[in-house]
Amino acid sequence: MPAKLGLSAEQIERCRSLARRVADGVARETEQYTTVATERTVLRLLGVDGVDSDDVPIPNRVVGALQAAGRLPRGAAVWMGSALAEGARDASEAAALLSDSARAAALSEHPRWREAVAPLVERSLARIRNNRAERERRMAAHPAEELPLLYAIVATGNIHEDVVQADAAARAGAQCVAVIRSTAQSLLDHVPFGATTAGFGGTFATQENFRLMRAALDAIEPEIGRYVRLVNYCSGLCMPEIAAMGALERLDMMLNDALYGIIFRDINPLRTLIDQNFSRRINAVAGVVINTGEDNYLTTADAVEQAPAVLASQFINERLARDAGLEDWQIGLGHAFEIDPELEDGLLYEIAQAEAAREIFPNAPLKYMPPTKHMTGNVFRGYQQNALFALTSVATGQSIHLLGMLTEALHTPFLHDRWLAIEQAKTIRRNARHLGEEMTFRPDGRIVRRAREVLAGAEQILGRVAEHGLFAALADGVFADTRRRIDGGRGYDGVVRRDPAYANPFMEAWSQAPAGVGA
Amino acid sequence: MSGSKAVRPYGDKKGDGAVQLSFTLPLPKSAVATEAAKRYVAKMGIREPYVTLAEAIAPDFTYFVIYGRATHDIDPSGITAEEAPAAALGREEIDAEIARRFGRRLVVLGCALESDAHTVGLDAIFNMKGFAGDYGLERYHGFDARNLGAQVAVTEVVRQVRETKADAVLVSATVTQNEIHIRHLTDLVDMLEAERLRDRVVLIAGGARVDHALAKELGYDAGFGPGTTASRVAAFLLDELTRRHGAAAARP
Repeated sequence: MPAKLGLSAEQIERCRSLARRVADGVARETEQYTTVATERTVLRLLGVDGVDSDDVPIPNRVVGALQAAGRLPRGAAVWMGSALAEGARDASEAAALLSDSARAAALSEHPRWREAVAPLVERSLARIRNNRAERERRMAAHPAEELPLLYAIVATGNIHEDVVQADAAARAGAQCVAVIRSTAQSLLDHVPFGATTAGFGGTFATQENFRLMRAALDAIEPEIGRYVRLVNYCSGLCMPEIAAMGALERLDMMLNDALYGIIFRDINPLRTLIDQNFSRRINAVAGVVINTGEDNYLTTADAVEQAPAVLASQFINERLARDAGLEDWQIGLGHAFEIDPELEDGLLYEIAQAEAAREIFPNAPLKYMPPTKHMTGNVFRGYQQNALFALTSVATGQSIHLLGMLTEALHTPFLHDRWLAIEQAKTIRRNARHLGEEMTFRPDGRIVRRAREVLAGAEQILGRVAEHGLFAALADGVFADTRRRIDGGRGYDGVVRRDPAYANPFMEAWSQAPAGVGA
Repeated sequence: MSGSKAVRPYGDKKGDGAVQLSFTLPLPKSAVATEAAKRYVAKMGIREPYVTLAEAIAPDFTYFVIYGRATHDIDPSGITAEEAPAAALGREEIDAEIARRFGRRLVVLGCALESDAHTVGLDAIFNMKGFAGDYGLERYHGFDARNLGAQVAVTEVVRQVRETKADAVLVSATVTQNEIHIRHLTDLVDMLEAERLRDRVVLIAGGARVDHALAKELGYDAGFGPGTTASRVAAFLLDELTRRHGAAAARP
């Protein structure tokens, strides 16, 4: 779509340069560390899985023992390789040995650890590669899809009930199905195991739950003639582990945003930015589309005031994502339709912000979130707000449209709430198909002026963040008026300074190959 | 209708009993499903059911919209319903009254408990900016308002109550599965009682499905439902704390 807002290309370029300075600063601060979650991810990718008799995941056991033995700074892969070279027959035997900190401490580094671990590394890389190829093959077998993609949420707490709801949503027209996680999960420093049937406000993300939902969506693909994208959340304290599980079970989209965890869940900034980088590497090779969480700034603060912060964060997230190997088509930057419906010309501001995001990030699969803050329980008004949201989404060429529920703020969606949302979005998408192509904006009008104002505001914020660095900006409360210190928050005790000879064979494989090649 | 004060739903004339219903039956769409829906609403006391929509929203589920006429009526004259009381005062008046009656800022903590990650309601009451043109508690000079955010452990709230000598705690509760929010709400009351702190704080619950009666039942001092503004909560706090601290605080 041609640019309609007349935004300054030089100003956008300046914002990208500032974002690069921010991202480079993050890389400098984080490169000397690994984390417990990152090392657990390495173990999972090497085939370590399952739980012990106390329901503690084996990757947690191994990392705990390695940490107690002072061996984690070298990287978990070194010790897995050494255990294998010393005679462990497979990953689980090696993990059993390393779960005992005395035995882990007694194990010396084997000179041929790399060769010993190489087949396990290659097995995972091949599985991820095959999953990506299979997704591409399945998608290519169907006609091109209508945009924006309609994204539905299921959240019953019981994976088997989720399957029923997802099946209904997909048949009705949902193109992406997200299984909302149990609300406390982002703060768990482990990933639960197996199929789960009870959760709070959502369903636990486990590898078995991923597999069950993937199988269910694959099963209806021939009947509905579409590939349904499966979405989950790799954010919180287990960011890279869940990315790995998603890559192994062919998930297609992942919510993935360190800033969200820092600001809204008080997760330690250093920890989560390290974890984010590894999770994004995994998503990059797996061909996963990430969704960032800027929409959240708008739910907690004023949507008009916060628009520049959203755009600034999008620039930073884009740079951090590209640096982790993600290509533009994989970077689903988030934003939302959250302006108070009582505000005069609020719709014009929404159009300005959505169109600006589209023009500034032309190749990004933008993720557009529905109204939540000003949903009141008046379901008729809510349905009307959702219609304005859908119209804005279609007219400004958004890519991923999270369906607004008329009962938002009341209860988890009923089956017919979701159906009404899908029908509404489908009708508007069809009825206004080429509205965007027909629209131009008055060069001196309200919409153009608003878009320029937001871009100028974003440049100011980025300037401030670039000058002091992201960590200082977080400590200073630049985002969502929330202050987060580099040594505060949850999970800081899981940050480990690397040994100079630290090794992570997966990171090495993915840093060498350009994204998408050999992946 | 029985008795002159009894009323029925009103569509376009008095006493017509006009209602609209929407619901889903777990049946494939068919003439039988539609007839079943009609008979179902008849059991609810609805005459002349008119099915305006019967839609197969999933292979085994049909969604209905049905209009009809309610046969029941209700006499409101004998009904009492309690609302959390609050005087109609503005922010500046409340600030002035707090200064006059207490001579200090009142410490108010806000949080969502344990697994509850929803903060929209909490933020609407606390944030400077407020909600629907009504400024949040952080804007008041009279309150030292501390929004602890979501997913705060019950033990942490109790610790904060003790450390900050809080005058009041506002708990935002969002309904989740298995009524877990109820358990967390009562856990807080139980723990405050165990720590002998319960009587030192005004305890308020708020949320989309919270009302005054439910909050009282759970051992809270007040409950506020959807659409509550910060000034209403602020006025309630002023009244309640004045009442507790006796005439000394209220004396002009």
